[in-house]
Amino acid sequence: MASLDRVKVLVLGDSGVGKSSLVHLLCQNQVLGNPSWTVGCSVDVRVHDYKEGTPEEKTYYIELWDVGGSVGSASSVKSTRAVFYNSVNGIILVHDLTNKKSSQNLYRWSLEALNRDLVPTGVLVTNGDYDREQFADNQIPLLVIGTKLDQIHETKRHEVLTRTAFLAEDFNAEEINLVIEKRYFLRDGNQIPGFPDRKRFGGGSLKSLHYD
Amino acid sequence: MSFLVDSSIMITSQILFFGFGWLFFMRQLFKDYESRYFHWKMNLCVILLILVFMVPFYIGYFIVSNIRLLHKQRLLFSCLLWLTFMYFFWKLGDPFPILSPKHGILSIEQLISRVGVIGVTLMALLSGFGAVNCPYTYMSYFLRNVTDTDILALERRLLQTMDMIISKKKRMAMTRRTMFQKGEVHNKPSGFWGMIKSVTTSAPGSENLTLIQQEVDALEELSRQLFLETADLYATKERIEYSKTFKGKYFNFLGYFFSIYCVWKIFMATINIVFDRVGKTDPVTRGIEITVNYLGIQFDVKFWSQHISFILVGIIIVTSIRGLLITLTKFFYAISSSKSSNVIVLLLAQIMGMYFVSSVLLIRMSMPLEYRTIVTEVLGELQFNFYHRWFDVIFLVSALSSILFLYLAHKQAPEKHMAP
Repeated sequence: MASLDRVKVLVLGDSGVGKSSLVHLLCQNQVLGNPSWTVGCSVDVRVHDYKEGTPEEKTYYIELWDVGGSVGSASSVKSTRAVFYNSVNGIILVHDLTNKKSSQNLYRWSLEALNRDLVPTGVLVTNGDYDREQFADNQIPLLVIGTKLDQIHETKRHEVLTRTAFLAEDFNAEEINLVIEKRYFLRDGNQIPGFPDRKRFGGGSLKSLHYD
Repeated sequence: MSFLVDSSIMITSQILFFGFGWLFFMRQLFKDYESRYFHWKMNLCVILLILVFMVPFYIGYFIVSNIRLLHKQRLLFSCLLWLTFMYFFWKLGDPFPILSPKHGILSIEQLISRVGVIGVTLMALLSGFGAVNCPYTYMSYFLRNVTDTDILALERRLLQTMDMIISKKKRMAMTRRTMFQKGEVHNKPSGFWGMIKSVTTSAPGSENLTLIQQEVDALEELSRQLFLETADLYATKERIEYSKTFKGKYFNFLGYFFSIYCVWKIFMATINIVFDRVGKTDPVTRGIEITVNYLGIQFDVKFWSQHISFILVGIIIVTSIRGLLITLTKFFYAISSSKSSNVIVLLLAQIMGMYFVSSVLLIRMSMPLEYRTIVTEVLGELQFNFYHRWFDVIFLVSALSSILFLYLAHKQAPEKHMAP
């Protein structure tokens, strides 16, 4: 067990966007029947074969740390959350497609998580305002996921998806990180949702994560 | 940008609203006594209607729509919920001496009396708690000493617990994977027959899994507790730092002042109950009379007492409602989520409405004598003395129990953190 390397991925986003459901789906391959609020942080583990089928195949444990709370929390809660942001290999930002505020808050979430690692390099961070420069030397891969697509009416889908395309582009930091957007359907009942896109993205480091 | 737009809309609308209201009421409407009386009555009716009929129904509707099972027959179930609410609401009146046979079933007096009982209980509970909590929060005497090492130790424990959870989950994931590869698919027992089958025959792998799952659940609960404790310690540390600033010192001083006021209030409540006394004159008039007699100054008692008492009454209403809103906001923010936000907003509206009606009842005590008759006229024949007595009792009970509660919480906390 110790021979397998560990990969720590944070799952961040506003309250109620579907982080716990997403993590449960990825790790247990089942839809979460009774989602309830996350207090603190809940972790789940997925075993993943990197570069499956090739001679360099290696099995990794991907730890998905689902951190609960909101950007507007008291600073005592923020300081407590900060203890989870150490030595992170990747960040998944989750927002709700039906809720515009949750996509706007993603900037603040990413700043909160990345500040931990940016501080040693002496980058000055303004008070929550988004500045693309701050992400310029970011080594950590980011993935933006929009949830609850099925709850948006057919006619409005196009404008929502174009808006989120801009959002994903904003987090793009020149050649180092690629950010993709992937949508999935979360239905009531026991249907296992389908993933419409299969994409691979590479991080700046040697590890690359393949979602299927 | 959106913040500026929002706040400018709010400010403009509020200015317009108050400006027009003042203009309209002052110049047009309240020239004569009868129209004022009529509008007062009408406002009361509308508020009662909303409080008793609309808001509970709406709350019931939202609660029912949150439950997935009853989604189809929402309206029916919310009507049922509303009927049960009305039944209990009516039953509330029985143990209290407020039913006078002169009035019909659906009269204003009946409704006000019941709403008044609930509202007065709420007010007394909140003021009792607030009277004790306010000095506790403001005074730095009660602040526990929290050092950085305490916080670091707790954080380390939290991370260790998370690591333990992770290692157990890794084992579970690996076991599931090997089971899957070997072809034993672990099915969750579904249905009645499946459950019976799982009792008798179960694969050894799945038994292991359930054991580990239980350990993981316990560890997760522990991690939540540690998280909350750490957040608490950070908050205390911030408070300590805040108390060293000027603002903090000012609030500390206010805290001493408030604590004296609260002790006096509790004392007065006890005296009222023990000696079965009901105040005949309001405190302001009494105070002015005492000063006049003591100092021998020529003072037009009636004129000044009326104005001063109204100003004081206004201040009391504003600060108490403000204090209530702040406390409720903090409480609701802590328990809110995307599903229950509607219910919470409506509950807040309900509480505010009841608070308002009962504060009208209780304010009567602080008014000079000739105005009391007006309020009595509008609200109908209610047993006002009963409400004051009820308020005192509940206030005392709430204050004492919150003292007990805070004492226990304060005692218990340092032992938890200082222990290695």
